[in-house]
Amino acid sequence: MRYLPLTPDDRVQMLGDIGVDSIDALFVDVPASARREGLVDLPHFAGELEVERELAALAATNVAAGSVPFFCGAGAYRHHVPASVDHLIQRSEFLTSYTPYQPEIAQGTLQVLFEFQTQVAALMGMEVANASLYDGSTACAEAVMMTKRVTRRNRAVLSGGVHPHYVRTTQTLAHAEGMEVVALAAAVDAEDAVIAAIDAGTACVVVQTPNVFGTATDVTKIAEAAHAAGALLIVVTTEAVSYGLLKSPGEMGADIAVAEGQSIGNALNFGGPYVGLFACREKLIRQAPGRLCGETVDADGRRGFVLTLSTREQHIRRDKATSNICTNSGLCALAFSIHMSLLGEVGLRKLAALNHQQARALKTALEGVKGVEVLTPRFFNEFAVKLAKPAAQVVEALAAKGVLGGVPYSRLDPGAGLDDILLVAATETVTAEDIAAFKTALTEVMA
Amino acid sequence: MSSMNTVGRPTAPAQTNDYIHPTLTGGRGLLQDEALIFELDGWGKTGVDIPDADRPADDLAGLLRTDPIGLPGLSEPEAVRHYVRLSQKNHAIDLALYPLGSCTMKHNPRLNEKMARLDGFADIHPLQPVSTVQGALALIDRLAHWLKTLTGMPAVAMTPKAGAHGELCGLLTIRAAHEANGQGHRKTVLVPTSAHGTNPATAAFVGYSVVEIAQTEDGRVSLADLEAKLGDHVAAIMVTNPNTCGLFERDIVEIARLTHAAGAYFYCDGANFNAIVGRVRPGDLGVDAMHINLHKTFSTPHGGGGPGAGPVVLSAALAPFAPAPWVVHHAGGFQLAEGPAGEAASAFGRMSAFHGQMGMFVRAYAYMRSHGADGLRQVAEDAVLNANYIKARLGDVMSPAFPDGPCMHEALFDDHWLEGTGVTTLDFAKAMIDEGFHPMTMYFPLVVHGAMLIEPTETESKQELDRFIGALRALAAAAKAGEVDRFKGAPFHAPMRRLDETLAARKPKLRWKPEANPPLAAQ
Repeated sequence: MRYLPLTPDDRVQMLGDIGVDSIDALFVDVPASARREGLVDLPHFAGELEVERELAALAATNVAAGSVPFFCGAGAYRHHVPASVDHLIQRSEFLTSYTPYQPEIAQGTLQVLFEFQTQVAALMGMEVANASLYDGSTACAEAVMMTKRVTRRNRAVLSGGVHPHYVRTTQTLAHAEGMEVVALAAAVDAEDAVIAAIDAGTACVVVQTPNVFGTATDVTKIAEAAHAAGALLIVVTTEAVSYGLLKSPGEMGADIAVAEGQSIGNALNFGGPYVGLFACREKLIRQAPGRLCGETVDADGRRGFVLTLSTREQHIRRDKATSNICTNSGLCALAFSIHMSLLGEVGLRKLAALNHQQARALKTALEGVKGVEVLTPRFFNEFAVKLAKPAAQVVEALAAKGVLGGVPYSRLDPGAGLDDILLVAATETVTAEDIAAFKTALTEVMA
Repeated sequence: MSSMNTVGRPTAPAQTNDYIHPTLTGGRGLLQDEALIFELDGWGKTGVDIPDADRPADDLAGLLRTDPIGLPGLSEPEAVRHYVRLSQKNHAIDLALYPLGSCTMKHNPRLNEKMARLDGFADIHPLQPVSTVQGALALIDRLAHWLKTLTGMPAVAMTPKAGAHGELCGLLTIRAAHEANGQGHRKTVLVPTSAHGTNPATAAFVGYSVVEIAQTEDGRVSLADLEAKLGDHVAAIMVTNPNTCGLFERDIVEIARLTHAAGAYFYCDGANFNAIVGRVRPGDLGVDAMHINLHKTFSTPHGGGGPGAGPVVLSAALAPFAPAPWVVHHAGGFQLAEGPAGEAASAFGRMSAFHGQMGMFVRAYAYMRSHGADGLRQVAEDAVLNANYIKARLGDVMSPAFPDGPCMHEALFDDHWLEGTGVTTLDFAKAMIDEGFHPMTMYFPLVVHGAMLIEPTETESKQELDRFIGALRALAAAAKAGEVDRFKGAPFHAPMRRLDETLAARKPKLRWKPEANPPLAAQ
């Protein structure tokens, strides 16, 4: 077997050095009732060619986004990732290293994390960022739970524009911690409605911009209202490229900003692995979840980096930790950071402007289709349309015509009674021909 | 006598004295002293060619970002050089044995990377119509089948994103089952003192209080203490098996029986599944829920701290409460039960936005198919053989924490053998770095003084094991011979000397700031 270096002779010799006569002697502590003599009922080993054949056949039955006109978003976005990103993250020293617990031989990973934290904080307009969480939805839940520790209050208010899967994840996890999670009714343009729901027991208000319907909102007034009531404002973003065009959470008064970082550096991957971005005000950092990398010096006085403030973490504080997270999204954070370093501010702003332009072109095209009404007033690269037919049916019909034409809102939130809403996104990967093909197909389907 | 070729180039080294010059630039041979990206003068630069938008975003007045963001850019050659230089400062499995106990640092096959990058897996959206992702759902279903068969468990929740996320999923499932059965008053979780930190952290997260179970002198759960602490208030026990001392819990079946008799569930931390895969099925031990770290046992790369994947196998009693979404097979093909209503109505909730770590699923499945039933059993056997070989070959110079009987996939030593040498476990670990090896896990588990936990994994050759053993024996001899300086200042030959962690924590500096870090040219 190609991944196992020991030879039969090695094994015999090693058993002799150990002083036992068979491998079974090393498993004597297993209760007799649980010892399996034979093999489990699964196929035997297979060569590379055979494995490649099976997996390639499976992959071929999926419709790859790049093979068709593609307009899906709703929390995951298809962007072009420079070839050097994927090459660099496959460097052995990044790909096959562990969490940097021995900083003298992990400065590569640690310096990347320090740079990543700085990039994320700058993007979000915040003071400090952590070294990543699993994804945007778990980052949202972690942020909500953090506000309970900071404010000693128990109630979270989520706007009707927060992605329904983020709401559900937050309800699941924050409820486990004993928090009351109030989710307001879904609404295309109603972030301000959270203001009326703030009370003296409110730990945090959670708003999303651009929200799940694509609506971009200046949340400054919400921040003021939250702060006046002693609550914290969490701003969620599912499309990180939007930071290149829209006001940052920090500029609008966010205390904690969280985001899905997949858009930068990472492929769609059917939903994972992604990378959760988390940033907050500096004074809150000791209550933050996840790893933090900090600057220090070595014994010779040279600048270096270490994991720090680990007294917040599970391996030190155990049941008093700020989160149970251990493994996070290191390699996805590296991909994010490399792509961000290639873009720079200049490239990010151009990329964001191009995305916005493509979405406006899509809007213009779809507005002319009978039975289609654009609902989102102000958007970045995604907007909601109201259809004269159930959106789930329309999407299936479009797929049959070779167009992946967005995400029905009912897929995210089946009980909301918004079956006629379709979410469509356009990034820099979309061409004018793609938009024309979408319009033609949608016109046929709506006829 | 010196040799020269015809144009005067010396062809053999000249005689020199032993004086080592510090370099003039901080660079050392192949190791570059690499600045931060913020110090590379990349303001106003970009390494990506993107066309300008044709018109301004005049529809977004009042929402536009006008302040400087503060992000430097690098051209492609600069970026490649920056990250390659940084990479050279990392230890990696691909360089040498990486014996971190409890972390299972095994070889990561490159076939898995290639498969995960097929467009049909990497370039599909989580919310495409399910009719267009049948192959992806089939892959998840096949992986689930392998996990269930290898563990002897009837169900598996695929969505957790790492081990700790899996623990959380397991305990939330248990809590939902208790609540559904009128047992919601059970609020205590019993955890052995030797447990991973994530176990008590997870229990606390779920709102449970944690009570520790004592350990016997031979490194196992004390049945007497367990029995005394079980009761109507206990929701679950969390036991790692093989445990963090690298030992199989001999009384595991009895532990499960006592737990079930008390009305509690048995959560098994499956971090150490690599030791028993293909030889022991947790379902035969009485386990109710167990997470499987695909990034340990099934070789998806650790990536410097993730991403991982932590599917949780479940007993029939717990299965209905598993989190949404999950894959279901209907006559017309695969579907996703996404909840909250419909087929996933009994789910306790949702662990994250989408369907789990698909990229890791492809890698883990490619690994399993490559090994097969026979290969996976050999994996466990070789992992255990390698650990016992290390224990046997080092047992006379270091002190095994539990010398009697075999260990499983990792060998645990204490610092008893260092007494009187002036060398600590930390010093010894740092000196290993100078010899070219990553240190073992140190000071964990907490139940052993100065713990050194060595997990070689099955992907090491005998030659590499012997090289490692030779290095540790030489270091042990040096410690006992009083060469304290070799240890106290170590490492001397790594990219950096020992770092000041106290300074980092006292004055946290968590990001680069222009005012605090003027450009290098100005320094």
